[in-house]
Amino acid sequence: MRLTAEERAMLEGAEGPTVRKAMQIVVALGEIYDAVELVAVGSAQIAGVSYKNLGEAGLEFLEEWATQGTCTRVPAFANPAGMDLQRWREMGIPSEFARQQQRVVNALASMGVLLTCTCTPYLVGHVPRAGEHLAWGESSAVSFANSVLAARTNREGGPSALAAAITGRTAAYGLHLTEKRRPTHRIQVRCPLPNEADYGALGYLVGRQVGDGVPYFQLLAESPREVPAPAASTFGGSRSREESSLRRPTQEQLMALGAAMGASGAVALHHIEGVTPEAAQWAGLAGRSGSRSSTASVQACGAAADASSDPELIEIAIDSLEEGYAALNSPLDEIDFVSLGCPHSTLGDMQRAAALLDGHRVKATLWITTSRGVRETAERQGLVARIEAAGGRVFADTCLVVAPVEDLGFKAMATNSAKAAFYAPGHSGLPRRFGTLQQCIRAAIKGRWAGRDSRGLA
Amino acid sequence: MKRLRGRAICRGKAQGTALVSPAAIGFLGGVDPDTGIVVELEHPLHGRSVAGRVLVFPTGKGSTVGSYTLYRLCKNGLAPTAIVNARSEAIVAVGAIISSIPMVDLVDVSQIRTGDAVTVDGEDVIVD
Repeated sequence: MRLTAEERAMLEGAEGPTVRKAMQIVVALGEIYDAVELVAVGSAQIAGVSYKNLGEAGLEFLEEWATQGTCTRVPAFANPAGMDLQRWREMGIPSEFARQQQRVVNALASMGVLLTCTCTPYLVGHVPRAGEHLAWGESSAVSFANSVLAARTNREGGPSALAAAITGRTAAYGLHLTEKRRPTHRIQVRCPLPNEADYGALGYLVGRQVGDGVPYFQLLAESPREVPAPAASTFGGSRSREESSLRRPTQEQLMALGAAMGASGAVALHHIEGVTPEAAQWAGLAGRSGSRSSTASVQACGAAADASSDPELIEIAIDSLEEGYAALNSPLDEIDFVSLGCPHSTLGDMQRAAALLDGHRVKATLWITTSRGVRETAERQGLVARIEAAGGRVFADTCLVVAPVEDLGFKAMATNSAKAAFYAPGHSGLPRRFGTLQQCIRAAIKGRWAGRDSRGLA
Repeated sequence: MKRLRGRAICRGKAQGTALVSPAAIGFLGGVDPDTGIVVELEHPLHGRSVAGRVLVFPTGKGSTVGSYTLYRLCKNGLAPTAIVNARSEAIVAVGAIISSIPMVDLVDVSQIRTGDAVTVDGEDVIVD
């Protein structure tokens, strides 16, 4: 592998033992994945912040590096922690856990890692440029940065993202390379996708089938909005009325899709025809939309390739999301815990939640998890007060997936996140309902799941 | 004596008795960091301790937090003395580097049997 003089000096210990070890990590990953060089990264997102996942082992490691005076040299920001760093008592977090969690974030902060504690750094000012190389770690953030923002990052583990932050480099392999961003699957979606839960169910189904591939989506059915356009933020392009009634997903829908594929599969990049910025460059490869009429769920397809070396795309047709909803719904009626905000809630989602809660009082525990930055804006807008007046709680810095929810005594959960629904039984020991934000708020108010379920039961 | 040449992932020298797994190893949830024992059910090494052995296996698997499990094993004095893989991946490689465990990959691991005396030195794996 080619290293610059500066990189070689770091590897040889010129900047101390921790920088040396960090550079060893970066270089070893490059060797393993056949990189020929390193690239400078614009930022790093450090996953593995929750004490629930790190445990004693990870904490010891972070404290060791922190006490050696290690410091990041590019902007680095933390993924969610296992609790709201201010209101953890209200969450019911045991004080022993809180103490260890605080040690983790202290160690990160002393290395210069920003305590954003969010999986949506792009909602709080850390928006990468198209083509910028990154070392991000959390799967939904990686997906959003690659797919929606056209930045370039692999899915980095905790120590490797930290190593990138400390050295300012990552190895140029995987999604840093244009040819690795080429679609591997063409997904023809022939059912409408009117809400974020549908995008989540779709992501769940596709992630399960494509593994670590790069799906290229063609959204073929018209999807009338279930919510008026101003309540949800449309990603990119015009906000005209005709535009918003067509197949242009909202930011929340894009977040739900990417998060689900990163959970049920290891999808770190996808393209959506007419929506995501890199889709156009692969349009020739993916062929014309609607050119095939087969309803088989998976079949090989020699789709119009524009070079003889192009691998064939695997074709997947999605005609219904029922199978996804069935897999993500436990047969539950009573709900004592409703969790929204995986990925972290946007202001738009909090506006929708507040409007649905006005004049009501929740029976179940309702958590809306978000970043500190979005929470503060929501507070200023009066949204937090409205949600909390109804008995809901808006927590920052954490989420259902990384908090020690299994110790909090909940029995049955509802969520609008396919990712959270995918992880809840294994990570948190919770059966769950999965549906729209509206269904979840209704469940919080009634203490029961009243929506249509996968078997059509009321 | 056999000399198998591989690629140094974490350069160093160590020797010990080989413990060979025909199956991939996931450290998080797969190996108990406080005993060194393989606890993954159905794993071919289930019930065996990795402590002080030259641990030979095809590749790593599982959660990325497994890197920290290796680190914890090391802090507890229960880490393998060296690691030999057919093809390494990020989790075990990062774990070996942060724990300073000598590690070599791209080695024909079928040449090594449990109980062999093995020395790992740089990119070389010497089997007695």
